[in-house]
Order: sequence, then structure tokens, then C-alpha cells
Amino acid sequence: VFKRFVEIGRVAFISFGPHAGKLVAIVDVIDQNRALVDGPCSGVRRQAMPFKCMQLTDFVLKFPHSARQKCVRRAWEKENINEKWAATRWAKKIEAREKKAKMTDFDRYRVMKAKKMRNRIIKHEMKKLQKMSSKKGKKPEKPEKAEKAEKAEKSKKVQKAQK
Amino acid sequence: AAGEKKPAEKAPGEKPGKKKPAEKPAEQKSQNEGGEKQKKAGKRHASRNPVLARGIGRYSRSAMYARKALYKRKYTAPETKIEKKKKEKPRATITKPVGGDKNGGSRVVKIRKMPRYYPTEDVPRKLLSHGKKPFCQHKRRLRASITPGTVLILLTGRHRGKRVVFLKQLATGLLLVTGPLVINRVPLRRAHQKFVIATSTKVDISGVKIPKHLTDAYFKKKRLRKPKHQEGEIFDTEKEKYELTEQRKSDQKAVDSQILARIKQVPQLRGYLRSTFSLSNGVYPHKLVF
Repeated sequence: VFKRFVEIGRVAFISFGPHAGKLVAIVDVIDQNRALVDGPCSGVRRQAMPFKCMQLTDFVLKFPHSARQKCVRRAWEKENINEKWAATRWAKKIEAREKKAKMTDFDRYRVMKAKKMRNRIIKHEMKKLQKMSSKKGKKPEKPEKAEKAEKAEKSKKVQKAQK
Repeated sequence: AAGEKKPAEKAPGEKPGKKKPAEKPAEQKSQNEGGEKQKKAGKRHASRNPVLARGIGRYSRSAMYARKALYKRKYTAPETKIEKKKKEKPRATITKPVGGDKNGGSRVVKIRKMPRYYPTEDVPRKLLSHGKKPFCQHKRRLRASITPGTVLILLTGRHRGKRVVFLKQLATGLLLVTGPLVINRVPLRRAHQKFVIATSTKVDISGVKIPKHLTDAYFKKKRLRKPKHQEGEIFDTEKEKYELTEQRKSDQKAVDSQILARIKQVPQLRGYLRSTFSLSNGVYPHKLVF
């Protein structure tokens, strides 16, 4: 039922507080509510932190409990946590949310235009396929072609949103 | 005898700075002293205040003043350079020649005279209109987010919601703004700073020359105020219909042609200026970044 546990070396994401948005590794457990936590590669000093503000990630590092910062840093860099984190969907969603909030009026217009164009293309393809199927009598060609068209358009939209 | 007495009394009651010189025969000493007093500042006298017990002298401060004859020995510290400089006071009077015979030729005149009038209040009372400037002298402010070339969103007036290019601020503080006309049908027009949202999108207007005759007077609404008839006809004489003049058209063309070229360089900007701004569900202005 539970897949992520609080353990020594578990990398956690801080959701609120002064270090909101950073990653830390759990070095030791103090008591029921707090952990000794350290984020040498993410700019968090070694400190006690309540579990409530931590959200566990999938990453676990290997170091002994109460290991000093140098060891934590070594383990972190060995596992390349920063890059792995950036590649997760979680981090990408956060980034996308931030980008959306920063959009200016002009950006919103461009995204609107891009979405419109994409939807038009998709609809066009759908109509084509519907026509074909209604003529030929329902052959299972629709899903493949629709997927291909969608992927081509998604990349366009992401590029425009990033601008 | 007196001279010999003093060295004995001096030893226990020595005051700092009054050291007896090397002992010499009394006569020589007195002669030397007498002779040398005039050459040097005088050899130091032994303490004139005999000691009763350690730290306690026989005579009081004022008695000692008299005994040491300080009334005729008053020294001042040498004048330092600063004091010398301070002493240089400016001239208070000047002598001027005076004409006419039997007049004494010249007068001594004060350079800085006493005031001829003393007001009843120390600081004169300020007028009620103090600090109140007419509109033409008011300070005009412009928001830092509005610079020439910024795209603004008009919020009021018949062009509400339209996105428009800002040109310059006029003398009354209103903003001179243009569509351009071919893009969104907004002519060269004035807009009020407060009723405008400044976006962060900017068009490069660095080389654009705006004609100098576009001032507030050019844009001001014209009102006829010569009702020769009685009150019944006043509403007819006031011009309600705006008439487009040739000058406006030519000015519009002159400005827009320069700006359109810049707009074309930015992709999708033309379409952006053509569109209008609106709010919909889930869109909150305080959360939007413009």
C-alpha cells in the first residue's frame, strides 16, 4: 500500500516553509515529528525539519545515519539526484505551473493561437478519418493516425509556451 | 638667612615644577638671579607656600595669588593660526567721498546697515493659496512600467479592451496613443494613465519621430460658446458630431507608417494588437502577470 518510507537517505521535497521547493535528504530521525535533514546540493543547511513539510520522493541515497554533510554530498552527487529529479514528471509539472504563472499578456495570446491551430489540425484529421470510416465501413485505422498527429502538435505547443 | 631657610623648607614641600637649581653661595645666587631675571624668564622661585602637613599648605588660594603677585603676571597662550584666521573680520565701515563744498569731503558709511523695518510677526504668515499651484504647473508623473513603445490595454472609453501602442506623455500628463489605425481602428488619441493597463510587451520606437504639433490643444474638444439666441437653442450650437479633418488623417499616416514597420518585425504582434482583452471564468486580474 505504501511505497515511499521515511528512512535514512530518503530524498524529500519541501513543500512549504522558508525552504519551499527544495530537495533534502533525511539524515536522522529526531522524534515522531522531526528529522535531521540536509541538502548540501540544494542549499539547505543541516537542520531539524518537521515531517509535515516534507513530501517523500522516489529517491533513496546510501549513507549511514548521522553521516556528515560531506558524505551526504558525495552520495547525492554519485546518484546524480539533481538531474534525476529534473527528469521526473513531478518536477516538470512544477516547472510548467511556474511558467504558466509567469506568462505575460502577449504570451497568453500566443498560447491561445497555438492551441487553436493545434485543435484545428486535430479536428481536421478526425473529420478526415470519420469520413473515411463512414465510406469504407468502420475499419480500425483511426487510433493510430490520431495519435501520430497529436504528438506532432504537442511539441509545437510546448515550444510556443516556452518562448 | 632667608635664602638658607627656604632650601630646608622646600625639600618636603616641593611643588611640581618648582625645582631648586644647583646650590650656590647665597650672594652669588641672588646676584645671578637678579641679573638673570632680566635675560631669561627668571629662575624658578622656591615654593612660597610652606607645608604644614603633607598635602596641606599654610596659605589659601587667594593668599597665594597675592604672594605670587599673579595680578601682574598674566600670560596668554600664543595665538594659534586658527585664531589668527578668525580674527580677520570683514570691514564694517567704508569712507566714501561726498560732493559739494563745505561738506567735509567724505563720510564714514556703514557697509551693513541695521534693518529699517521690523515686522510684527517673526515669520510672515503664508497666504491661503500657499503651495497651491495651478493645473499647468502640477507635477506630472508617469508609471515606470509605461515607456515609449509599450503596449497598453485601454480600459475605458469607446476603445475599451483594445491593445494600443504608447507614444509619449503630453504636457497635461495624458498619454498619446495610437492603434495603429489600420490594425485596430484606434487613431492618434489621448488616454489617461489611470485607466490603462501597461503590459510588459514593448515595441522599439527609438527612431520614430512624432510631429511636434501634436499637443493637448490639438486634441482638445472644440466647443462653440457664442449663443446669440436665447437658452432654447444652446443645445444645438454645441458640436456633438466629431468631424475628421485632413490634418488628422495626414498626421495619422505619418506616425503609423513608421510604427507599422517596427510592428511587422515582431512575429504575431500585429494579431496581438488586433485582439481585445477580456476576462473570463477563472481569470483574476490580481493574479495575472501583464
